[in-house]
Amino acid sequence: MRLITAVVKPHRLDEVKEALRSAGVRGLTVTEASGYGRQRGHTEVYRGAEYTIDLVPKVRIEVLVEDDDAEQVIEAIVKAARTGKIGDGKVWSVPVDTAVRVRTGERGPDAV
Amino acid sequence: MNGADTAFVLISAALVMLMTPGLAFFYGGMVRVKSALNMLMMSFISLGIVSVLWVLYGYSLAFGEDSGAGLVGGLDHLGLAGIDAGTLTGGRTGIPVFAFALFQLMFAVITPALMSGALADRVKFSAWSLFITLWVTVVYFPVAHWVWQPDGWLYQLKVIDFAGGTAVHINAGVGGLAAVLVVGARVGFKKDPMRPHSLPLVMLGAGLLWFGWFGFNAGSALAADGTAATMALNTQVATAAAMLGWLGYERVRHGAFTTLGAASGAVAGLVAITPSGAAVNALGALVIGVAAGTACSWAVSLKYRLGFDDSLDVVGVHLVGGVIGTLLVGVLAVDGVGGAAQLGRQAAGAFAVMAYSFTVSWLLARFIDRVIGFRAAEDDEISGVDQAFHAEAAYDFSAVGGVAQSRAHVPALAPGASGAGGAPGAGGAPGAAIRSKGEKDEKNEKGTTGKKVDV
Repeated sequence: MRLITAVVKPHRLDEVKEALRSAGVRGLTVTEASGYGRQRGHTEVYRGAEYTIDLVPKVRIEVLVEDDDAEQVIEAIVKAARTGKIGDGKVWSVPVDTAVRVRTGERGPDAV
Repeated sequence: MNGADTAFVLISAALVMLMTPGLAFFYGGMVRVKSALNMLMMSFISLGIVSVLWVLYGYSLAFGEDSGAGLVGGLDHLGLAGIDAGTLTGGRTGIPVFAFALFQLMFAVITPALMSGALADRVKFSAWSLFITLWVTVVYFPVAHWVWQPDGWLYQLKVIDFAGGTAVHINAGVGGLAAVLVVGARVGFKKDPMRPHSLPLVMLGAGLLWFGWFGFNAGSALAADGTAATMALNTQVATAAAMLGWLGYERVRHGAFTTLGAASGAVAGLVAITPSGAAVNALGALVIGVAAGTACSWAVSLKYRLGFDDSLDVVGVHLVGGVIGTLLVGVLAVDGVGGAAQLGRQAAGAFAVMAYSFTVSWLLARFIDRVIGFRAAEDDEISGVDQAFHAEAAYDFSAVGGVAQSRAHVPALAPGASGAGGAPGAGGAPGAAIRSKGEKDEKNEKGTTGKKVDV
C-alpha cells in the first residue's frame, strides 16, 4: 500500500476529486493547509501598510491506494491539478505498513 | 408644535443611534480575531453609559441655561427636570425638547465611541468605561455647549459647525490621540502583521454609518425643510467624492483599489461634510469630499512615520477630515458668508476644541492610568482581550478548538480554560510580516533564486 499526498491550489479541489473518482479511488481525506513553494506568497495592502503573506492557502489531499494503482492515481491528480502557473503544488507518495478499517477490523489491502 | 419636524427629528435620532453599532462593525472588522468582540463592545458600551449620564446630568450640562461665559450649561435640568412632553424648542413652530434631547443624545453616544479605534486591542474594558464616563462629562458635554447652545462661546463667535465637525470629529480625533500617547503602542506595532480580520464587516459598518449619517447631518436642521434637503444631498455628494478620492490616491500610490480604502474614504467624506450644513452647495460638497478623501488617505501613513499607534486611524480620518471640513466651510460657504474672516473663525473654533480636548483627555487618561491602570496586562493583550475581559471568542472554530462545556457540568472550569476558540488567529495571520516600502521585492527575489522548498 502507498499513501499519496497532494498539496494543490484550493480551486482545483473539485477537479482533483472528480479525477480520483474516475480513477476508482473510493475514499480520501482533505485538509486546509498553508504553505509556500517557489511562488513565495503575495502582497496585501491595508490603508497603505503593505504586508507580505508568506503562507498561501492550499488544500492537502491524502489517498491510501494499493501499490499497483499508485502511479495511475498520481497521474490523475497531477493532470487535474495543473494550471501551468507557479504555485500549482506538489504530489508525493510513501509506503504504508499497516492499514485498518475501524468498523470491521479488516487489515492491509482489504482496508483500502 | 410642528408635527412634520418632530417626526423628522425622531426618525433622525433613530438613524444616528444605528451609527454606533455601525461604527462597532466598522472598527470590529479591522482588528484581529482575538480582539474583535472587545472592539465591538468598546462602541456598544457607550450606548449604555452615555444614555444614562445624559438623563442624569449630560443634557443639562450641554443644553441647559448657560452658567456664564458660554462655557457650560447649568444644573437646572438634572434628571431632565423642568421638561415635559409639552416643552418645545427651536424649529419654525417648535419640536418637543424630548425629541431634541434624544437626537442630541445619539451624538453624545457616538463621539466617545469614535475614540475606541485609536486604542484597539490593548486597554482594560473597565478603564475604557471609566474613561468615556469622565470624558463625556468634562470634554464632550461642555464642548457641545460651546458649539450648539445659542449662548455657547463658539456659537456666539459664529463658527459654522452644523452637525459636529468640531464638537464630534475633531474632539474625538484629538481625544483619541491624547489617550494613545498615554497608553502607548500595541505590542508588535510596526513589526507584527495586524491585518483586518473581516473586511466584509468593515463594509457593513461603513454602509450603516453612511445610512445613519443622513440623520446625523440632515437631522441637525431640526426641521424637515430645505436646509435638511441641502444637507442630505451634500452628504451623499461629499461621501461619494471622498471615496473616489481615497481610491484614486491609493491606486496611484499602492497599486490597488482596496475595499478598506473605499470604506475609509466614504467615512472621511462623511466626517468632512458634517460641519458645512447648508452653508455650501453641492459643488462645494464635491470639493470638500475630494479634498478629504485624498488628504485622509495620505494622513493615515503619518502614524508609522511619527510612531504613535493610532490603531484604526481615528486621527487620520476623524481629526484630519474634521479639520479639513471645518476649514473649507470658511472658504466655500455661499451667500457671502465665506471668506478670510470666516476662515479665521473656523480656525479659531477648531483650534480651541483641539487645545481643550487634547489637554483634558490627556489628563484624564493619565489619571485613569495612575488610579486603576489603563492598559491591559501584556499577557492578556498578546493572547487577546476578548478572552481576558469578555470570556468569549468572536468565532467558534470548534472542529479543532475543543467542545465548549457548560460550567454547570464542570464546576471547576475557569472561564477560558476549555480552550475553545481562543487560540486560532491569536497572533494575526500566520506567516505574514509587515514591511515598509523599499524592501518591497527582496523576499520575492530570494524566493525565486533560493533553495527549493517543499510544496
